Amino acid sequence: MEKKKCGLQLYIHYISINVRSMMQYKSSFVLTVIGQFLVSFNVFLGIYFMFQRFHQVKGYTYSEVLLCFSIMLMEFSLAECFARGFDTFSTMVKKGEFDRVMVRPRNEILQVLGSKFELTRIGRMLQAIVMFIYGIACSEIQWTVAKVLTIVFMLVGGMALFTGIFLIYAALCFFTLDGLEFMNVLTDGAREYGKYPIGVYGKRMVQICTFIVPYALVQYYPFLYLLGRRTSGVYVVLPLLAILFMFPCYGLWRVGVRHYKSSGS
Amino acid sequence: MKKYLSFFRIRFLMGVQYRAAALAGVVTQFVWGGMEILIFKAFYEANAEAFPMTFQATTSYIWLQQAFLAFFMAWMMESEIFDSIVNGNIAYELCRPVRIYSMWFARSVANRLSKGVLRCFPILIFAAFLPAPYGMAAPESISSFLWFLLTMVLGLLVTVSFCMLIYVLTFFTISPQGLRIFFVSMVEFFAGSVIPLPFFPDKIRTIMELLPFAAMQNVPLRIYSGDLAGTYLIKPIVLQVIWLILLTVFGYFLCRYAEKRVSLQGG
Amino acid sequence: MITMKNVCKSYKVARRNAGLKQACKSLFHREYETIHALSDVSFTIGDGEMVGYIGPNGAGKSSTIKILSGILTPDSGTCDVNGRVPWKNRMQHVKNIGVVFGQKSQLWWDVPVIDSFELLRDIYSIPEELYHTNLEELQELLDLKQLLRTPTRQLSLGQRMRCEIAASLLHSPDLLFLDEPTIGLDAVSKLAVREFILKRNETHKTTVILTTHDMQDIEALTKRIILIGKGQILLDGSLGDIKEGNATIDETVAQLYRSYNI
Repeated sequence: MEKKKCGLQLYIHYISINVRSMMQYKSSFVLTVIGQFLVSFNVFLGIYFMFQRFHQVKGYTYSEVLLCFSIMLMEFSLAECFARGFDTFSTMVKKGEFDRVMVRPRNEILQVLGSKFELTRIGRMLQAIVMFIYGIACSEIQWTVAKVLTIVFMLVGGMALFTGIFLIYAALCFFTLDGLEFMNVLTDGAREYGKYPIGVYGKRMVQICTFIVPYALVQYYPFLYLLGRRTSGVYVVLPLLAILFMFPCYGLWRVGVRHYKSSGS
Repeated sequence: MKKYLSFFRIRFLMGVQYRAAALAGVVTQFVWGGMEILIFKAFYEANAEAFPMTFQATTSYIWLQQAFLAFFMAWMMESEIFDSIVNGNIAYELCRPVRIYSMWFARSVANRLSKGVLRCFPILIFAAFLPAPYGMAAPESISSFLWFLLTMVLGLLVTVSFCMLIYVLTFFTISPQGLRIFFVSMVEFFAGSVIPLPFFPDKIRTIMELLPFAAMQNVPLRIYSGDLAGTYLIKPIVLQVIWLILLTVFGYFLCRYAEKRVSLQGG
Repeated sequence: MITMKNVCKSYKVARRNAGLKQACKSLFHREYETIHALSDVSFTIGDGEMVGYIGPNGAGKSSTIKILSGILTPDSGTCDVNGRVPWKNRMQHVKNIGVVFGQKSQLWWDVPVIDSFELLRDIYSIPEELYHTNLEELQELLDLKQLLRTPTRQLSLGQRMRCEIAASLLHSPDLLFLDEPTIGLDAVSKLAVREFILKRNETHKTTVILTTHDMQDIEALTKRIILIGKGQILLDGSLGDIKEGNATIDETVAQLYRSYNI
């Protein structure tokens, strides 16, 4: 228990030093935040103009899609904010900085997580929050405690899921630095295409996103519950199942570290 | 001229070497294309009447967009160039008997070509085998195919000349990252990579089609799929040429000015 | 006490040839080459000893350091550092070692040096009292007083290296690896760094393993040198043994490299 507490304290220390570093470049920080906002604003405009023309898709209205998009965006930005160290892990390996991690008596994951804390993702988060509020205001959702809980669980589960994916990416960096762009499919791709409820993409896609990479657990199913299209209480806790996804990711990371120790590069 | 060709060559060779990256790119772009098409299919089913292009033209547009992503995507800029400006290594380049603008231009074209050439064929071939209307259709006619090739080259050059402006503007800013994100998002949106231009409301679209961004991927991709044909071809092609000239001339002189400033202030 | 016995390590690397044709070929088929970074390396280093570990680039220096610091697992052979096997139970091992990579920085670029030190205090869980005594002492010996409140990016290379060394010693390790600690430093800083290392070794009996290309470092610091080339220990002895007549140290070492054909 004592040790655990120390780990958390150390992590907070890491965050504080990250934030202090960032505040050295305030104007750059502000510009990057705006930039982050703009990037996802594009996606929003895309949705906006599509709905100007078509008004609904597979029975989902504009405000419902915005709600779905905003939750997905929040899940992603939270994960990106905290797990940025994994997302940029290839640079760490390339520069040999992982050696430094290895010569310190702390958990490797804690150190990598601490190495980078990306506060600029607030930009995305802000936009997500605006859309979220708009989505809630315009959709005719009957709010209950269970539904509020569902949203909280979606955020937690989604953050865990994306962190897991970043962890896979980082683990693969131990083996090769070439060609890892395909991981974008799972990260940026999911963020980008997760703007619409997965059901829009057809049954096959829902299956893939349930059993292979469980996006549907943190997006589609609980979202249906929010809209009142499903009523079973199972949907409330379904997002938490996504946390299980982190276990195989962690396993892969361990294999990666072992490989690093035997190849040294 | 020869030295720029040799910059071109070295960059091209470098780009071709990354086989794993190319493979990953192919996979990514294939998934991307598939997802896009699924979305558009859903919208098509929602209201086929409101669809501004034929569904087949839309899928061809999407597959070509994915196949030639490296040609047209503004974010595929070279971080080495940004770095050299930010950390002052640009001073070395200034010592060489080359024009920075021309060198970077040659380098960017080579980089995009090498990446694009490696990736386009697998995507196009796969896409061609998909059942209609989800796959890539043959071009409307031989003439439209030839126009497609010509406008694609023009589009690539316009894209590069716009990116050159972004590089050069980096000289004048404190936050290259912010600048870059800002311009890249703007290009993405106005060029039709978020949604193709025909999907915008008519009023907005008429204005958008006059902007340099519409002279990038919008023209060739729509010509191929037959969405632009006949006399409708003239205006966009003329615009492509005009924008190419304006952007390069402006970029060139801005770059000269920036070079002078750097040598005066010592970076 | 450090012992390395019959340690072997080899890597596979991809080979690539120049030219468009070769580049296209490597798209489909890639040739690999096995490199024996270490073949049958054995040596013993006593407590409190200072050893210069030298050899040309790619001789196997950094592989050895990586094995000793627990980053790398050898293919075969045994290794014992103060009763610990470095690559097993990494955390226990690295608590007691300090590493300075001359080419990389462990300080946070944009914040004052002291902030990085405080983070290190938490990373190594250094007790408050020990941290203060150590900081006090290092501050004194390395003349850091003025530097600690400055952000790392504003320090000169020499100043930064002094801070780097201090950072690696905050947790009072009993074994210190110095990987090219004087690279790129001006004469004054070099002398300061050398003087400090000598003193540290004397007062704390810290074992120091030094890799460098700067033979003056070796001359100033170590009595014993281990020469490695092509993955093998070629020589293990004192500087005096190899020096002939009044040749300078650089000439002596160059002569040595030539005679071993490395």
